[in-house]
Order: sequence, then structure tokens, then C-alpha cells
Amino acid sequence: MTAVVHGKTRSAGTPARPPVRQSWHNEGRLALTLLAPGVLVMVVVIVLPILETIRQSLFGAPGLDPATGFVNETEPFVALANYTDIFSSTGERFWRALGNTSFFAVATVVPETIIGVGMALIMNQALRARALVRVAILIPWAIPTALSGVLWGWIFSANGVANAFLPTQVLWTSDGFAAQLAVIMADTWKTAPFLALLVLAGLQTIPVEVYEAARVDGAGPWRRFIGVTLPLVRPALVVAILFRMLDALRMFDLPYVLIGPRKSSVETISMLAQDEAAALRYGSAAAYAIILFLYIFLIAFVFVRMFGADVLGARDRVGPTRAERRAAKANARFIAAASAASPKETLR
Amino acid sequence: MSATLTTPTTETTRRSNQRASAVPPPTKRKRNGRERHTYIYVGVAVVIVYCLAPVYWMAASSLRRTSDIFSLSPLPIPASFESFLAIFDPSQGFLRSLLNSFIIASSVTVLALVVAVTAGYALARLQFRGKPLFMIAVVATSMFPTVALIVPMLKIFSAVGWINTYQALILPSLSFALPLAIWNLTTFFRQMPNDLEQAAMVDGCTRGQAFRRVILPLATPGIFTTAIITFVSAWNEFLIPLTMTNRPDVQPATIVISRFSGVSQFDTPFGSQMAAAMIVTLPLILMVLLFQRRIVSGLAAGALK
Amino acid sequence: MLKRGLSAVATLGVAALILTGCAASAPAASGGDSGAPAFTDRGPITLAIGKISGGNAAQTAVDAWNKDHADEQVTLVELSAKSDAQRQQLFQNAQTKSDAYTVMALDGTLIAQFAANRWIEQLPKDDLGLDDRLPATVKTVTYRDNVYGVPLSTDAAMLYYRTDLLKAAGITEAPKTFAELSAACTAVKALPEGAGISCYAGQFDKYEGLTCNVSEIINTAGGSLLDDKGRPTVDTPEARKGLTQLVSMFKDGEIPAEAITYNEEAGRQAFLAGKLLFHRQWAYQYVSASASDGSSQVAGKFAVAPLPGFSADKGGASVLGGKNLVISAFGKNKATALDFAKFFGSAENQEVFLAGAGVAPTVAALYDDPKMLEKYPYLPTLKQSILTAVPRPAVANYDDVTAAIQDSAYAALSGTEGVDAALKTMQGKLEGLLK
Repeated sequence: MTAVVHGKTRSAGTPARPPVRQSWHNEGRLALTLLAPGVLVMVVVIVLPILETIRQSLFGAPGLDPATGFVNETEPFVALANYTDIFSSTGERFWRALGNTSFFAVATVVPETIIGVGMALIMNQALRARALVRVAILIPWAIPTALSGVLWGWIFSANGVANAFLPTQVLWTSDGFAAQLAVIMADTWKTAPFLALLVLAGLQTIPVEVYEAARVDGAGPWRRFIGVTLPLVRPALVVAILFRMLDALRMFDLPYVLIGPRKSSVETISMLAQDEAAALRYGSAAAYAIILFLYIFLIAFVFVRMFGADVLGARDRVGPTRAERRAAKANARFIAAASAASPKETLR
Repeated sequence: MSATLTTPTTETTRRSNQRASAVPPPTKRKRNGRERHTYIYVGVAVVIVYCLAPVYWMAASSLRRTSDIFSLSPLPIPASFESFLAIFDPSQGFLRSLLNSFIIASSVTVLALVVAVTAGYALARLQFRGKPLFMIAVVATSMFPTVALIVPMLKIFSAVGWINTYQALILPSLSFALPLAIWNLTTFFRQMPNDLEQAAMVDGCTRGQAFRRVILPLATPGIFTTAIITFVSAWNEFLIPLTMTNRPDVQPATIVISRFSGVSQFDTPFGSQMAAAMIVTLPLILMVLLFQRRIVSGLAAGALK
Repeated sequence: MLKRGLSAVATLGVAALILTGCAASAPAASGGDSGAPAFTDRGPITLAIGKISGGNAAQTAVDAWNKDHADEQVTLVELSAKSDAQRQQLFQNAQTKSDAYTVMALDGTLIAQFAANRWIEQLPKDDLGLDDRLPATVKTVTYRDNVYGVPLSTDAAMLYYRTDLLKAAGITEAPKTFAELSAACTAVKALPEGAGISCYAGQFDKYEGLTCNVSEIINTAGGSLLDDKGRPTVDTPEARKGLTQLVSMFKDGEIPAEAITYNEEAGRQAFLAGKLLFHRQWAYQYVSASASDGSSQVAGKFAVAPLPGFSADKGGASVLGGKNLVISAFGKNKATALDFAKFFGSAENQEVFLAGAGVAPTVAALYDDPKMLEKYPYLPTLKQSILTAVPRPAVANYDDVTAAIQDSAYAALSGTEGVDAALKTMQGKLEGLLK
């Protein structure tokens, strides 16, 4: 973040630029003004705590003085020991949690995307009582996680409703595959609507002419979905999936409330960090948090490079990336249709 | 899936005009085929059952008497409002907490929109260096596990004396909401054809006017979607108020609900919690009902003004 | 624009200063090392407590105090009812050395941790008037021979059993040993009305309840978690005997498989539905199991007994629950706080909490009060359980200790690890934690 601020300050404060750059320079100043409030809030509320967390991760938990029975007042500086400990002494637990974290990210985001896109297409239909349909779809996401966790815990309890529908008694909340399945089902139910809402908004930017053109070309519904809807809704979809992934990789409350802490089949890195913090080992908790941060950053970076270069705004300066070239066809169609159709159309 | 692919054919297409361009006549398209319609309704039914079955269980449980709370009967008979009466008992302060939730969530939403709209515009329309880096930095703030942010955040807020204040609840929710809001709106603005804005500027609008009159109305679906997402996340925030408050007069509903207790320390007051879940979700449902037209048809509505 | 950028950087710097200012640990507000501190200042204070078993019992008691103490008003700060959330509130309050909570109600297992971190004040033991308390409950507020709290409430486990079924099988007395329990169960299962019933359950999900159940069975078998000097002793024949009892009951189906997901409430649900013959449970179940509104299938058909042992002359040993009033090291007006803690935890208030909400008192005499006995017939059994109870370890890092116990015990009960291996692992982990 500081790098960005620095870069921006420089671009704003360097007047001796070639004329071509002049408009960049002016726009840079305007951009800085427009971005400043957001940057300020996030620096104070998130970046500072992150810096503090990094500092904290270099300190160990204060030891117990065996003579007095009191905990020492200073935290010892341990350099990187909190990090190396993660990979050595508690390595097995860490790798397991990393595996769970990754597994849950894939196993929840994939079905959520499929169901969410389906929901968005349904919400986009001109149906009778569509207001109610839209509300019905959004309710699962609107219920606070703490409470939907309780609700699903109730449903999945040994003598709960879920088992009433099944021929055998499944012990969902014990440790094992059933527990993972319970988490995946509850999470998918809860967050598919979130994805649907973002995709629905994206669908609104598709002018109906684009579909017309495709129809004239003789494309069937599936071809139109693959060839028109999907590429055009892609930016919105990429943003939705990206943010879902960030959340899924930090998953914490649902397995915690639904299955319980320290169950190896559902323990995620966030839960490990929480567990350490609860035991007052803030340094170790901070180290887990930072490792998780780096892991998420890596995954998000790869994801954005693969699917979202245009979303990132890179195309404003540099040539088209591979992903952009792939999307270019669809975009060209869209822009052609949009400018031909201007004013834009909406689907009602 | 195929049932849902018929969007354009079953839609009643409505054209609407922009200030910056000509006015084509509205056209209507005929629906093709009953059969597709049936598919759609089957699809809708499946999705609604999927979404609402657990909610039904929640509703049924909230209407059971505490003494039948373990019952698995599909209908809550005999029905009772005792859980609802219990949560609205004045000593719980539930109503006040709903008001607090509302104050916090709406402040977060308004602030997030103002900040994200301006930032989104800058990122979508202005040329400046380091833009991708900035976008990545913004999203990176959403990559840190919240559990690790809480303690440092608490230290900062208690150092400046913000414990038990609304701002200590608003600012964290705001910063949690901003990355998605900024990314989402940037994507939206970027999808708006540049020509529209430029045409408006040729017509004598300033950059700001062009943005307000052309781009903002077009982006209503994106803006309202962002608003709903922000509001819901802020409304449902638990960890922040648990940490930053200890006085009931500023605490939001999620915290008051967590204080509901059963007969003993061991039992979850399941009926009260489910009743509270119903009540606490209601304002969100009303909001979605109120704004859902804007999510979908904002483009046309904005343009017709 | 540059200015704006700079001011942002300046803000960052200031805030960073604040941060490091906090991080550098200031000397503790008041030392606990030099014996009990002086409790001098008077004025308004707060009481931080989770709800006392529903209702407004706490507020009523606070109101009574406030009426007589115009200059020393007490404000009730109600904590979350969820123990995790409650712990987090208390920890974070201590972390920031906040004076928001003056008197706090703390679980017995947290006393050692809070005392060791000097987050709570050592109290003048002789001044507290604890002579009328059950000795075991005073033990739960003691860390390294110093007293840190006023015992407000307690709790212990009892064996709930179905009198109707035992009678039908010709058994007149509650089993005193696990062998008798198994024999009784076999006899009941042979009856038509006993078909399909499960013998026994406790709390076996992976949480604090499991630690309670496992400590109890190990203590009952003559073993212990820690010895007198605080060294772990779980890799012993006695501990093996205890844990093996539970594991084999799971294997034989005497404990139903679903009990691996049981917490207090799931077990209560099963017992009230008539699915359990014997149930290890806290005192709170008695009232709800006796309810005649149709929610309990076992009303009038059950009774309580002390936990079973392994030999007829030595019964089971329960652990202790309960809440204790402590005084925050960071609170103001500690003289008021001390007086109020004594008042709130007094015999009079405990009587009110018992009569109104069934909160088990720490005052011994209340267990023999005829009025209370009439309302709560289980009190003599509960008292006996408390008298023979063995508290959970009072160690500063109790979180890690209980986690180590749960990890191994859960593995053994769910069959993923043998008893010997599980106890060996537990011993190893505990040795690492308590060296």
C-alpha cells in the first residue's frame, strides 16, 4: 500500500513530463484526490493492524516464572521462530489445515459459482412475482452467519432434520468427511446468493442487441450462453468469484460454529490462528495470519492474471494480455452492439 | 440450466433513451413457447425450495413452544409466539439494538458508496500510473484473516478512546466493505461505453456532470447491488461490535442476540435465536424488496428520469 | 496534493506510534506479587457477567445494592451467553488494560490464567468470609495458595437414571459401579419396555465437556491428570483403566455411537426423549426432565445418584463447574469492588439465585435448607458430588492443557487411536506444556 501511495505522490509531484504524458499527469492528480478517502480509511483500519501483526509475529508468548507463578511481563523477541515452528513442531497440523483451507475454497466456490450463475439467470427473468423470487433467493445470504451456523448445526445434529430424511444416522458434526460435507452444503447454501447478486448486476450491462445478433447468427440457447452471456458477464463474474475465494480461503465461523474447533477434517488456517490467539499466543497467531495472507495473495494473483487482467485496469496502459485477447472477440461484439444500440437497452 | 438460457426470448425488451443519443421506439417481443416457460418455472421452483427449506425450518422452530423445541414435526403445532415475546422483552434491549444496527449499517453503506463511486470512477476512467498495483493493494486488504486484525484494531481504537462509539463500529465495517465495492463499481464503470460520456462532454457537460448524468444512472444496478451487499455485511457484523463495545446503548442486534440465554448456561435458546434470526433478517428482506427493481431495471429507470 | 499525501503518511506515523506505545508493555497497574493489594478507592463500578440462568436475577441484586450505595453505583455489563464470545470479551478487556469491567464473573478454569497474567487482584482471604462455603469451591478460586475470587456458584455431575425401568427389571438401587451399571442395563434391555434403549452417555464431543468426562473417569479409576506437584500423570494403569472403560462402552454400544457428538444439550434431548437409561449430566437437567408440560418423556420416572465408581466403596469423582467473582487489576474503585463482590456472592444472594433459577450455591448451608430441598430434591446428591469432586487443573495455560486432553481422548473414543497410544501422546503433550 505504501508503495502505491509513494508511486502516486511521485506521479502527481513530477511536473517535468513530456506533453504526451501531460493528461496523465492531470488525471493522476484527480485520481489521487478521488482515491484518497478510501486509501485513508483502509490504511488506518486495515494496514496499520497488518503492520502491527507483522511486528507481533516476531515476538513469542511471555513465559511463566516458575518461582512466582506469574506470567512474565515482556514478550521475548524470537525473530522468525514463530514461522519456523509452524513448519516444524506443528507441521502436520498446519499442512492439514492448509489442505482443508484449499479444499474448502474449491469445494465451495465451484458449486457456488454454478448455482449462483443459475440463480442470477433466473432472477433476470421476467416472471410473475419475480420480486418474491429475488427475495427468496437472497434470504439465505441475509441471515447472520452466527445464526445460520446455529440453524445448520440444529439441522445436522444426530437427531436433526437432515437425518430424518436419510435412511441411516449420519454423525455430521463428528470429525470426518460428513463434517466436511456439512460445511460445504451450509456454505454453498449461504453464499451462492451473494454470487448471484453480483452476476445479476453484471447481466444488466449486456445490451439485448448482442443476443439479437447471436440469434440472427442462428445460435441456440447454450451457444448464446457460452458465446455471449458468459464472456460479457465475465468481468462481474471474475470479481464475484475473486471475492468469494478470498472469503472462502479465510473461512472460519461456519466450521467453528457448525462442527467445532480443533477437528482435523475441517480445521482451516483461520481457525488455527484463532486457536492460537485464544491461547494468548498472539505471535504465533500473527504468523499463521501472515502465512495465510501470503497464500491467499498468491492464489488471487494467479487468478487475476489468468482471468481478470482487464478487470485490473492493466489494459489502459499495456498491450492486451493473453486473457484479454481471448476476450477481445466478445468485447468487440459488445462494443459494436453497444455503440450501435446506444442508447443502451435493458432487459426487463 | 437450459431452462434459464432463454433470457432474451422471454424478456419483454424495453428500450429507453439516453440524453446523449437518439430515441428508438420501444419494441415488444413475443414469448416463444409454453414449453420453455414450464422449464423456467420448474427451475425457479427448485431454486426456491433449495433456498427456503432451511428458512422454513427456522420459521417453524421460532414458532414452537420452548417445551417442544426438539420436535421434528413439520408444522409447529401448537404454535406459540413465546420466543418472539421473549426477545422483545424490554430488558433485552432488542429494539434499541435494531436501531443501532440500522444506524451503523446505513452509515457504512452511504460512506462506502461515496468512497467507492469516486474511487471506482478514478480507476475506470482516469489514466494514471500504478493502477493495477493499486487495485491489487485494495483487494489485498481483504486477504487478511479478520481474527488477526481484531486485537491490533482494538489497541488503536482504545488508544484514541473510541470504545463504545459508533465510529469504532462503522470504520471497520467500512474498510471490510470497500475492496469489493471499489472493484465491483470499477468493473461496472469500465463497462459503460466511453462514447456516452464523451458525447455528453461535447454537449458542454463538465467531466463531473457527464459522470453524474450519464454514467451514474447507467450504473444503478451496480450501485444498488453494492449497496445491498455492503448493508447486509455491515448489518451482520459480529466480531467487531463484540470487541469494540460493552455498553448496550451502542450495541447492534447481533451482539444482543448472542446474549440470549436459555434456562442454564448449557442450553442454546434455540427458539429465541431463530425468532431473532427472523426479525433481524426482515429489514434486509424489505430493503431487497424495495431496491430490487433498481438492481435489475435501474438502467431504464435512471434514464427515463 | 503532495501535502495530502504527506498528511496521510503523517497519520500513519502517528498511529504507528500509538501502536508501539501500546505494544511496549507498561508496568502492571498494580502488582500482585507483594501480597494482597490495598483496596482503597470508592466510587462507581461495573459488574461484567453473563446472564444468570435467564431472567433478571443479576440486575435485581445490583438494584438492591444501588439503593443503599448512592455514591458507589454498580452498572451491570451483560456479557455474551456463548462461552467463547464471553471469553473473548474478557481477554480483550484485559489485553487493553481497560477499566470497563471492575468485578467480573469468571469460570473456575479461567482463574489460574487470569491470576498468572496479573489481570485480576489477589483478594484478602480472611476478609472474604468464605468459612461457610463448600471447601472444594474455595479451591477453584485459589491459584498458588492465594485466593482470587468469591465463589458465586458451583456445579457438579450426577448420574441420572430411569427409576421406572430399573424397577421393572427388579433393581431397587442406583448402580454404584460401572459393572453394576452394565448389569442393570443388560437386565433392562431384556425387558420389552427397555428394547432399543441406550445404556449410558455423557458429553463426548470435542470440547470442554469431553475434558470434564475424561478427567472424571480417570480420577474415578484412581488416577489423576496431574500429581500434587503439578506434573502430568496420565500414562498410568489407573488412567488407562478409566479411559478404557469409556472406549469399551463405545465399542460395545453401551454408549450409543451418536454420543460422540453429544454436548450437554444433545444428551439432555436424548435423556428427556427416553433414549438413555443412565446419563452423566450437570444439575440443570433435573428441573427440565421433571417438567410435566409434555417436553419430557421421563418426568417422574428418573432420579439422581452420585457418579458410579469402579469399586463399591469408592464412588465416582466429579469435576466442578461454576462462576466466581473476581476484581479486575485495571478497574477503578477497588474498595467498592471488594465490598460489592462480597455482597453479590453472599449467602443471601445465592439463596435468591438458587430459589429463582436453580443456580447451585457455594454456601454449604443452603444444601440443607428444607425449603430448597422441597424445590430441588437433588440437592443432597449434588452436595455429595461436590464434596468428593476433583477440580480441573488450575494452570496458567489451561487452554493448551484441555486441548491436549481433548485431542487424545477424542481420538481414543472415536477409535482412531488405541487407548495406550492416546494416553502416551497426551502425557507427552502435557509434559511439554507443564515443564
